[in-house]
Amino acid sequence: MKEEGKHKKAKKYGMVINLDECTGCGACMVACMAENNVPFREDESNKLDSIAWMRVYKLTNGKSYPDADICYLPRPCMHCEGDHGHSPCVSVCPATATDYSHETGIVSQIYTRCFGCRYCMGACPYHARYFNWWDPVWPEGTTKYLNPNVSPRMRGVVEKCSFCFHRYQLAMDKAYFEGRAELEEDEYQTSCTQACPAGAITFGDLNNPEHKVYQLAKPDNKHGGRPGNPNVFRLLERLGTNPKVYYISSREWVRRAGDNYLDNEDFAKNYRR
Amino acid sequence: MKIGRRSFLSFVIGGAAGTAISPLPWKLTDDSSIWSQNWPWTPVPPDGEYSQVNSICTLCPGGCGITVRKVDNRAVKIEGMKGHPVNDGGICVMGLSGLQLLYGPTRVKTPLKRVGKRGEGKWEKISWNEAISEVTEKLAEIRAQGEPHTVGSIVNSDRGTVPNLFRRFLTAYGSPNYMTMPSMQDSYNMTMQLMQGVTAQVGFDAENADYILSFGSGIIDGWGSPVRMFKANSAWKVDGKKVVQIEPRLSNTAAKSDEWIPIKPGTEAALALGIANVVIMESLYDKENIDSQFGFDAFKELVLNGYSVEKVSNITGIKSATIVSLAKNFAQASNPLAICGKGQGSTPGSLNEFVAVHALNALVGNINKNGGVWALSDTDYIKWPEFDLDSIAENGMQKERIDGAGSEYPHAKSLLNRLPEVINSGDGFLEAIFVADANPLYSMPDSKAIKEAFDSIPFIVSFSSYMDETASNADLILPNHVYLERYEDVPTPVGLQKNIIGLAKPVVKPQFNTKNVGDSLILIAKALGGSVANAFPWDSYDACLEETLGSKWDLLEENRFWSDSNSKVVTGEFNFYPDAMKSLTNFSPVSIEGSTISFPLVLIPYDSIRLANGYIGNPPFVIKTVEDTVLKGKTACVEINPKSAKEFGLTEGRSAILHTPRGKAKVKIHLYEGIMPGLVALARGLGHTAYDKYLTDKGCNLNELIGMTEDPVSGLDAAWGIRARLTKV
Ligand code: SF4
Ligand code: SF4
Ligand code: SF4
Repeated sequence: MKEEGKHKKAKKYGMVINLDECTGCGACMVACMAENNVPFREDESNKLDSIAWMRVYKLTNGKSYPDADICYLPRPCMHCEGDHGHSPCVSVCPATATDYSHETGIVSQIYTRCFGCRYCMGACPYHARYFNWWDPVWPEGTTKYLNPNVSPRMRGVVEKCSFCFHRYQLAMDKAYFEGRAELEEDEYQTSCTQACPAGAITFGDLNNPEHKVYQLAKPDNKHGGRPGNPNVFRLLERLGTNPKVYYISSREWVRRAGDNYLDNEDFAKNYRR
Repeated sequence: MKIGRRSFLSFVIGGAAGTAISPLPWKLTDDSSIWSQNWPWTPVPPDGEYSQVNSICTLCPGGCGITVRKVDNRAVKIEGMKGHPVNDGGICVMGLSGLQLLYGPTRVKTPLKRVGKRGEGKWEKISWNEAISEVTEKLAEIRAQGEPHTVGSIVNSDRGTVPNLFRRFLTAYGSPNYMTMPSMQDSYNMTMQLMQGVTAQVGFDAENADYILSFGSGIIDGWGSPVRMFKANSAWKVDGKKVVQIEPRLSNTAAKSDEWIPIKPGTEAALALGIANVVIMESLYDKENIDSQFGFDAFKELVLNGYSVEKVSNITGIKSATIVSLAKNFAQASNPLAICGKGQGSTPGSLNEFVAVHALNALVGNINKNGGVWALSDTDYIKWPEFDLDSIAENGMQKERIDGAGSEYPHAKSLLNRLPEVINSGDGFLEAIFVADANPLYSMPDSKAIKEAFDSIPFIVSFSSYMDETASNADLILPNHVYLERYEDVPTPVGLQKNIIGLAKPVVKPQFNTKNVGDSLILIAKALGGSVANAFPWDSYDACLEETLGSKWDLLEENRFWSDSNSKVVTGEFNFYPDAMKSLTNFSPVSIEGSTISFPLVLIPYDSIRLANGYIGNPPFVIKTVEDTVLKGKTACVEINPKSAKEFGLTEGRSAILHTPRGKAKVKIHLYEGIMPGLVALARGLGHTAYDKYLTDKGCNLNELIGMTEDPVSGLDAAWGIRARLTKV
């Protein structure tokens, strides 16, 4: 047994998305669909049932012309840790089809175990979960491009962003064969991070001060990972879901839009201790 | 011990801490159960040997490097190529979806000959031999009648070997009617010619600019080489450089800019000259160097007499103080850069605007300078042997072009926008047309007119890989390989400030019975015989390409790109006041079609990176990213300011009919505070009538609603909108 393996530290993979840089181009959405064998149908304009593990939302500041402003917000699964280790979805799943990994911090989804009760969808405050109302249909020839590392889903199961877990598996396999227990920061990167032409997405281990995500978010890991950088926020911070996806914005109205704050509320207090 | 599912999981996870390095935990936790219990009707993608192939994406003129991941002989994912000088790993929605085009349902799988009426969709599959001889017979017949000039071709651009093979073919055959799809590059090229006296590609040293004044250019909406501009934009943000976006609608670019300045559309040239006015009045320019430049006195007189801040404020609707501060910030920046070409630059626009904006760049001395606008001489790598014309070809080549380029409009090279009018009014006639890498029936403005013109061309040959609008209306389709199946050179991408040649190479074997368009052309030429055949000495397109690239070939095969270390800017004497500027003495906004009485609103197009509007339509993944405020079901949404909507009794989500002098379409209303009152905005890229069920019949095609405004100097299309009316249904 190799020595360095003994003290393998738990990882907390997370993401920081810079909304000042994000252009709303949608490349992250498509990179995710292409990587994860996400199906498509003839009409995808009903966004409630259009499966998009990564969805880019458009926020508006509510002001009139010419003071109107918009900002895009890409939303993968938040991979919540929950205050007591309970992610909202994990705690309600009767089938243990979804689970929280303390090794990686990733909330998994095992399709073959899911029997479609959709409790998790009700529990997820971020609408990150999607139900397969139909069996996916790939037009003739297109099954050729399916990625063998990700199993296609079937009617009746829930799916969501996995932080491209198969990429973690592949990277770990490689490291294992090379006799390493730890991954380099760039060895495990998600498909959306890799694709983003604006370089707005950063991915890595929030427990590792060497990683860019840590340096950007400055997470207070003793307090559920609350961001220490004043321009960084998380969605619905007050719910205590402790998401592992952080957002950077220099615009205050955008940071406020991250939760249901009252107009005159001092929202920054939620980030103070 | 009985291990239930739940404890099985925690057992493995719990075990991970103690067992140290073992592939078990991560192998077992998730995927074992997935693979052992697969549902028989869901596909199980076969595993195999992994490999990666680098190539170049040619889905837009961006020229990004791509890395395609393969499993055995299947391509499974396209990613941006790390280290490529254009995109260094970044990629856009289209580039990512390329495999849906390769394997997707919209491909033309074999040569097809029309059997029903045009556009009816009835085809007969024919062999390649039959296809080539069909074309050859027709062409030989036209030639025998001494009418070779009545054969035309439409390709996407005039750079690279494939377009040049078309040009060579037409020349040897005897026709000057080689046409290209119009874009802002036409206007920029002409500006270079008129103001700098040079034949050059325009390059923007965007990465080194520190104050970017954009006259409606969709920097992050797909303008120029899209991924490169995304990257530049992010770098500007990090370094605190300023972007000012001038346009009447809060586009993504406007939203991400440091300052959004709404302007009355069509008055951009006036604003540029108003800014010049302040710069000159306040002596914010390098007098010593500029005052003595050719045409500067006349230019100065023009802007001082006609473009006072107050006057420009009236014309553009922008506050005087804003104009003054724009001018000061622009002139005082160390590397200011002004750019134009609206949206993605897919229409040429008004030449006045281009010369006015270019003059602004010259005024602050950034032509061919760090962070400025460069006149780049294209890498001259296509050097083919001379060839002889026979007498038929010589006669044909002496005829004037059908579109008036080079004659009526002496500066223009190609004016495809004029083709419909010339043909439909009976002033000109084409016996046959070739279309490759272009879809004019969808992407040219005033689609009805271009359709009518095509209807009167007796022989239409499409070389499209996809069943697009033009292919569906053709008589014969000779399908090209998709870009992932063929070799092709990719000349310097739009707007780059250094010359790069890319080499796209086959990532997979051709999936269907298709042929590289270059090979089709060579075969047709050889079958025609005589001097036409002699002009094509190559055995195949690949042989021609390899010979053309010569000593660069090996490097290109290895790296997929070749950077021209001798990239040169060309310098000519700058002329501040070319003839093209004379019409600016009395400013009138670029006029648009329609009366204000029957059409109280103005329709403007907008471009989105999530909607392709050129030769290739959106693949399924990309159409999936389109927001439900842009397309809902089969209906396109139009944006309108709530104030204007109220005037016409329109509310959010309501159905309406959008009328313009050119046509009408059913739309849904989307109230948007980010658009100037009085305007209606519709996205380009919707309303396809061809392709597959994922794209066809979704929304309406802007080009069916908009007309063409001929620019008096360039002859190119200067229209930026059209008058419109919305009625409730
Ligand atoms: S790819 Fe990047 S820039 Fe584009 S929408 Fe996603 S996060 Fe934003
Ligand atoms: S991390 Fe992977 S699975 Fe999650 S949104 Fe990004 S690409 Fe999709
Ligand atoms: S920007 Fe253009 S060249 Fe680059 S990936 Fe997208 S479509 Fe391809």
